[in-house]
Amino acid sequence: MKLKPYAALLGAIISFGAAAATPKDTLVVAKNIEDIVALDPAQAFEFSSGEMVSNMYEPLVQYDPRDPTKVVPGVAASWKIAADGKSLEFALRPNAVFASGNPVRAEDVVFSFRRVIKLNKAPAFILAQLGWTNDSIAQMVTKLPNGNVSVAWTGVFGPGYVLNVLAARPGNIVDEKLVMANEQAGDLGNAWLNRNSAGSGPFVLKQFRPKEALLLEANKRAAEPPKLNGVLFRNVTEPATQRLLIEQGDVDIARDLGPDQIAALRTRTDLRVEDFPQAVVHFISLNQKSEKLRNPAVWEAMRYLVDYDSIAKQLLRGQMRVHQAFLPVGFAGALTTTPYKLDPDRAKAILTQAGITNLEIDLDLINTPRFMDMAQSIQATMAKAGIKLNLLPGTGAQVITRYRARQHQAMLLFWGPDFFDPHSNAKAFAYNVDNSDAAFQSTTTWRNSWLVPELSAKAMDALKESNPARRATLYQALQQEVQAKSPIIVTFQEQNQAAFRSNVKGYIQGSVADLIKYEGVTK
Amino acid sequence: MLLLRASLRAGTTFVLMLVALMLVTFLIGKAAPIDPVLKVVGDRATPEVYQAAKVEMGLDRPLYEQFVRYVWRAAQGDLGQSTSTGRPVVQDLALYFPATIELATFGLLLGVLFGVPLGILAAHKHNQWIDQLLRIVCLFGYSVPVFWLGLVGLLVFYAKLGWVAGPGRLDDVYQFTLETWSNFVLIDAWRAGNMEALRNALSHLALPSVLLGYFSLAYISRMTRAFFLEELGKEYVLAARVKGASEFHVLVRHVLPNVAAPLFTVISLSYAVLLEGAVLTETVFSWPGLGSYITGALFSADTSAVLGGTLLIGVCFVVLNSLTDLISYLADPRARA
Repeated sequence: MKLKPYAALLGAIISFGAAAATPKDTLVVAKNIEDIVALDPAQAFEFSSGEMVSNMYEPLVQYDPRDPTKVVPGVAASWKIAADGKSLEFALRPNAVFASGNPVRAEDVVFSFRRVIKLNKAPAFILAQLGWTNDSIAQMVTKLPNGNVSVAWTGVFGPGYVLNVLAARPGNIVDEKLVMANEQAGDLGNAWLNRNSAGSGPFVLKQFRPKEALLLEANKRAAEPPKLNGVLFRNVTEPATQRLLIEQGDVDIARDLGPDQIAALRTRTDLRVEDFPQAVVHFISLNQKSEKLRNPAVWEAMRYLVDYDSIAKQLLRGQMRVHQAFLPVGFAGALTTTPYKLDPDRAKAILTQAGITNLEIDLDLINTPRFMDMAQSIQATMAKAGIKLNLLPGTGAQVITRYRARQHQAMLLFWGPDFFDPHSNAKAFAYNVDNSDAAFQSTTTWRNSWLVPELSAKAMDALKESNPARRATLYQALQQEVQAKSPIIVTFQEQNQAAFRSNVKGYIQGSVADLIKYEGVTK
Repeated sequence: MLLLRASLRAGTTFVLMLVALMLVTFLIGKAAPIDPVLKVVGDRATPEVYQAAKVEMGLDRPLYEQFVRYVWRAAQGDLGQSTSTGRPVVQDLALYFPATIELATFGLLLGVLFGVPLGILAAHKHNQWIDQLLRIVCLFGYSVPVFWLGLVGLLVFYAKLGWVAGPGRLDDVYQFTLETWSNFVLIDAWRAGNMEALRNALSHLALPSVLLGYFSLAYISRMTRAFFLEELGKEYVLAARVKGASEFHVLVRHVLPNVAAPLFTVISLSYAVLLEGAVLTETVFSWPGLGSYITGALFSADTSAVLGGTLLIGVCFVVLNSLTDLISYLADPRARA
C-alpha cells in the first residue's frame, strides 16, 4: 500500500512517449561546438567558428569547396591584375545585398579589411602578410572612381597567392552600416558580431547559446538561398551520445564519431557514413634544444619505428591515412609517396652505426583517446629498437603551452594550414631563419628549434614563383628534403568521418572547416 | 542588538570565507601550467597580438594586483569575462546554473523520497536478506561509473524502449520557440503555458535525474540506516516498545525526530554536491550545466569562469549550511537549549 505514490510517479515518468523526429525544414547536426570563442570574422580562429563564419559571410573570392586549388567569385564578380602587378581590381557582383537588405558596396570591402587590421585579433596576421598596417591600409585598399575595389600589396609574391589570402577567413566582408550601428565603446562592432551576423552568405546567425546550441537561419536575400530554412547545431561532446542520437533520428548528421561508433553505424541501412580527407597532417617532432635529438641518425631511425599501417587501419580505422609529407593531399604539389614502413631491424642498424645506445625520450601528447592510442603504439615499436619513450599526456592547452615555450623533447601533434596556399605549410615545416627565443614563431620549425637557412631560401623561391606548375614542382622538392632529413616525422593525414540519415543530401565538406557548406542540403 | 551583532559576525565570517575560497582557487588557477591567453588568441597569433591580449586581460600585472582587482570587481557584481565563451561570467552562470539546479533538485527529491524509507527499512530489517540486498544496491550505486550507467540508461530507455527523451534539455522544436525568461526550462514552459514543452522538458529530465537520484539515494539510505541503528539500541526505544508501540510508530514517531538533525545535514550536503554539477552526467546527457562549464574553463585556464563558478558553489554551501542549522534548531529542542 505504501508503495502507491512511488508507483504513480514511476508511471508518470514512463508515460512520456519520446522519439521525436527532427523538424522537416531544419537540419539538425550533432557536433562539439565548445571550441567557439568568437564568431566575428575578424576574430574567429577556431575550427567550429570557421565553419559558421563561412556559412554566414562571403569573401571577395572563395575557394571552390570541391577543388580548393581553384578560386571562384564571392562578393566580387570578376577581377584583374593591375599593370604594375602589385594590385588587383575587383568588380563587385551587381545587386549583391547583405542579409540586412543593405547593398554590398566597395565601402564595405574597404571597411572590412581595415577593421581586421585595426582590431588586430588572432587571424589578422593572415591579411597583414600583404604588407597592410594601420597606417598603410587606407592607401592599399581603396574604392576606385568606377565603383570597383583596388587591393594592393607589398612583398615578393604573385596575385595567385594574394587571392588565396583574400579567400581566407578574415577576408570575409561585413555590412559596415549594420556593424557600426551596433558599435560599443569603439570596438568596431566586435562584441555584437560575436553574437550576431552581418554578412551576405547563405545563412544568418539566429541564436547562439555557448556549449548548448547554435541556430543558423536561411538568408532569403542570398545569391543562392539555402534549400532548408535553417541548420541547428546541438552541442554533443560525447561520441557515444552522438551515435544514439543519430540512430534514433533525433539528429540528421553526427560529426564527431570515434572509430567504434563509425564501425557500428556502417552496418545500418538507414544511415550513411562518409569520409572527408582533411588538410591536417600529424607528426612527431624532435626539439633540437635537446642535445641527444640532434643526430640525424636518430631522425632517420625513428622514421622506421612507427607502425603506420596498423595505426591507420586497425587502431584509428579510417580516421587517419598514412601520409609522410608536409603538404596534405588536396594541395597543389602535395607529395604522396610513403617511403617509410615499420622496420625495427633497419632502425637498430642505423642507431648502432651511429653509436647511439640507451636513448630515452619524453614524448608530450594531448590526452584524448586518439593521441593516446597512437602514442602507445609508437612507444611499443620504438622499444623494439631500444628507444625508450616516456609518454607525458596533458590537456590540449597544457601541451601547447609547453610546446610554445619549447620545453618539450618530442611532441606528438598535428598541423592544419592557416589558409589554402602551400606556403602556409612550407613556412611551418621548412622555414626558420631566426632561432632565438625572442623571435617567437608558431611554425613547427621554430617550435622545435630547427634552424634551416638553406631550406628557408628555397621556400621563399617557391613563394615567389608565379607559374603554378613550376611552383608545385618546387614544393615537391622541398617536401622530399624535409621527408628525408628533418627532425619532423610526418606520419598521417587526418580524415573526418560523419554519419548521415540516409535522406540527407547535398552536404559539402572540404578539407578545412571553412569549406563545410550547408546551403545545398536537402532532407 | 544581540541579534544584530550575531548576524554581523556571521556576515563577516561569510565574506572572509568567500575571499579565502577565491584566493585558494585563484592561486591554484595560476599554478596550472596552462597559458590562458592561448584560448583568446589561438595558438598561432603573432607576438604583438598575443601581448595585446595579455595586457587586455590584465595578466601583465603582478599577481596580488590581479587578485585585488578581481575581488573588488566581484564585490560590485562583475565576475569578469570568460575567455572560453567570450561572455561575462555572470551571464554564463545565469545560463548554466539553472540547468544544474533543475537536475540537482529532482535528483535530490528522488534520493530523499527513496533513500530515507529504504534506509529505515534496512535498519529495521538489520542483517536480514533485505538489508543485504539494499547494501548491494547501494554499493552498485557507489561503484559503477556514472557515464557507463548513463549510457546504458540512454540505450535502454531512450534508444530501445523510447520511454524518455534523449540527451539535451528540450527537443529541437521547443529549443528555440520557447521564450527564455529564467533559463529554468520548467518555469519558462509553465510561464508560457506550453504544456507540451513542459512534458518534453520533464521527459528529458527524467533519466539524468533518476541517475543522480540513485547516487544520492545510495548515500542517504546508508547514512539513514546508520543513524537509525545507533538510536534503535537506546533505552527510549526499548521503553516505547515495552509500552506496546507498533514498530512503525517507534521508527517514525520516536526515532525519526531524534535523527532528523544529522539527516538534514546529510541531505543538504548531498544537495550541495549535486549543485556543483555532475560533470560526467552532464557530458553523457549533453546537459549544459555548471559542472561541465567549470571543468571546461579549468582546462583552458579560464580563471574568471573558474573563480565565478567556485564562488557560486561556495555561496551554495554556506547558504545550505545555514539553512540546515536553522532547520535543526527548529526541529531539535536540544539545539535550542
